[in-house]
Amino acid sequence: MELILQQMPVVLKALNVGFLQTLKLFFVTGLGAVPLGLVIAFGSMSRFRPLSWLTRMVVWVVRGTPLMIQLLIIFYFPGMVLGKNIWGRGETGRFVASAIAFIFNYACYFSEIYRGGIQSVPRGQQEAGLVLGMTKSQIFFKVTLLQVIKRIVPPMSNEIITLVKDTALARIIALQEIIWAGQSFLKGSHGIAGAIWPLFFTAVYYLIFNGIVTVALGKLEKRLDYFR
Amino acid sequence: MAVLDVKDIRKRFGQTEVLRGISFSLEQGQVLSVIGSSGSGKTTLLRCLNFLETPDAGVISVNGEVLFDAADPATRREADIRRKRLHFGLVFQSFNLFPQYTALENVLLAGKLLAKESPDWRDRRRETLSQLEDQAKDLLERMGLADRMGNYPHQLSGGQQQRVAIARALALRPDILCFDEPTSALDPELTLGVLRVIRSLAEAHTTMIIVTHEMAFARDVSSQVLFMDDGLVVEQGPPEQVFGAPVQDRTRRFLDSYRQR
Repeated sequence: MELILQQMPVVLKALNVGFLQTLKLFFVTGLGAVPLGLVIAFGSMSRFRPLSWLTRMVVWVVRGTPLMIQLLIIFYFPGMVLGKNIWGRGETGRFVASAIAFIFNYACYFSEIYRGGIQSVPRGQQEAGLVLGMTKSQIFFKVTLLQVIKRIVPPMSNEIITLVKDTALARIIALQEIIWAGQSFLKGSHGIAGAIWPLFFTAVYYLIFNGIVTVALGKLEKRLDYFR
Repeated sequence: MAVLDVKDIRKRFGQTEVLRGISFSLEQGQVLSVIGSSGSGKTTLLRCLNFLETPDAGVISVNGEVLFDAADPATRREADIRRKRLHFGLVFQSFNLFPQYTALENVLLAGKLLAKESPDWRDRRRETLSQLEDQAKDLLERMGLADRMGNYPHQLSGGQQQRVAIARALALRPDILCFDEPTSALDPELTLGVLRVIRSLAEAHTTMIIVTHEMAFARDVSSQVLFMDDGLVVEQGPPEQVFGAPVQDRTRRFLDSYRQR
C-alpha cells in the first residue's frame, strides 16, 4: 500500500496523458460517426435498390465482425498491399487509423439506430406536412427530426457509453491511450516496473467519465420530455 | 362556375381498383358529404384530391384551372404539386398534429414557412409574423380553444386536438377543406364538439368535402351527398333525396344498416 502511494503521482501523470488520447479518440469518433451515420441511414433507406442493398451489406459486415479485427486490417492492410505506410509515422499514424476504424464502425451502428428512429415516426406526420404545402426537407427538419432525436437518445446513450470503453481496443495497434499507459508500468516505465495496479486503476477513469456522460445524456432526455 | 370539378378519377393499388371513375363538382360555399361503407374508396378519393395519391386517370380542376390531368404529363410535375396542394386542406382521422409544437405553433408553422418564401419577407418580417399570429389566435378562438393555445398536443383531448387540426388547415385559407372521418377516433361527447365546429364553418359558407359515418350530421349540414360503393358513385344529390328517397337499392340497404343500430 505504501509503495502504491509512493508510485501514485508518477502513475497518475502517465495515466492522464493516456486518458487524454482516449478522450481525443472518443470525441473525434463521436464527431465523425454521428453525421456519417445519418448518411449511411439514408443510403440504407434509399429507394434506389443497388444503393440500399450495398449500404446494408456494408453495415452487415461492419456490425458482424469484431472492431479489433477492423482496426488491425485498417492499420496494416494498406501497408501490406501498397508496400508503404499511408497513415503517417508513429502515434499520429496510429491515431488516424484508429479514428477511421472507429468512425466507420460506430457510424454503422448509429445508422441502424437512426433508421429505426426515422421509420418509427408515424407516416401521418409527413402527410400532414405535405398537405400543408411543406417541402420534403422542411418536413424533415421542422417536423420529423426532433421526434427522431427524442426516440434515439436512449439507444444512442447505450452506444456512446460502449464507445467510451471500446476506445481501449486501439491498444491492439499500440495507440498510446490509457490502457497502453497503464500497461507500460508492467514492463517498466518512469522508473517503475512489475506494477499491475496502474492497469487496474485505469477502470476508475472510464467509470468517472461514463458517469459524466450518463448524467449529460440523461439531461438531454429530460429536456425532450416536454412532448410525446 | 364550380369551385371544384372532378372528372372520372380512377386509382388502382396493384390488382385492386379502388376508384373506378369518380366524377362530381362542387359550388362555392357548398358542403359535400361522402358516405359509404369502409373500403368503398372515400378516403382514397380525398387523398387523390390532396395529391397524397396520384390518380391513374381523370382530371381535377379548381376554379376552372386544371390542376391535374392524368393524360397531360405537364400537370404532374412534382415541383408544382406542392403549390397545387394549397387549394385543398385536409383534416385527418388521426389528427396528425406535430407533437413538439404547441397548439398555436401547429397552426402557425406552415404559414410561416410559406411567408419566408415571399420576396418581401425580409422587409415585412415583423408585420407578416404578427399578422399570421393574430390570424392563428383568431382561428383557435373560433374553435373554442382560446385557453389552450400554449398547450402541447398530448395535453389536449382528442376533440381539442382535432379542432386544432381544423384551425391548422384553415390557416392556409384553402379553397376546399376536406375532412377524412374527422370524428371516427373520438367518443360521442368529443364528437359533438368537433361537429359543432364543422357546422359553424358550413354556416360561414366554407366549401367542404366531408367523409363521414355520422349520418344525421351529414343529412343536416350538407348541400350535397355522395354515396360511394366499391369505387363508384352509386347515388348523388341533395340530402333530402339521398337520405329521404334513395333511388338505388344499394343506397337503401346501406342506410338501413344505420337505422337498425
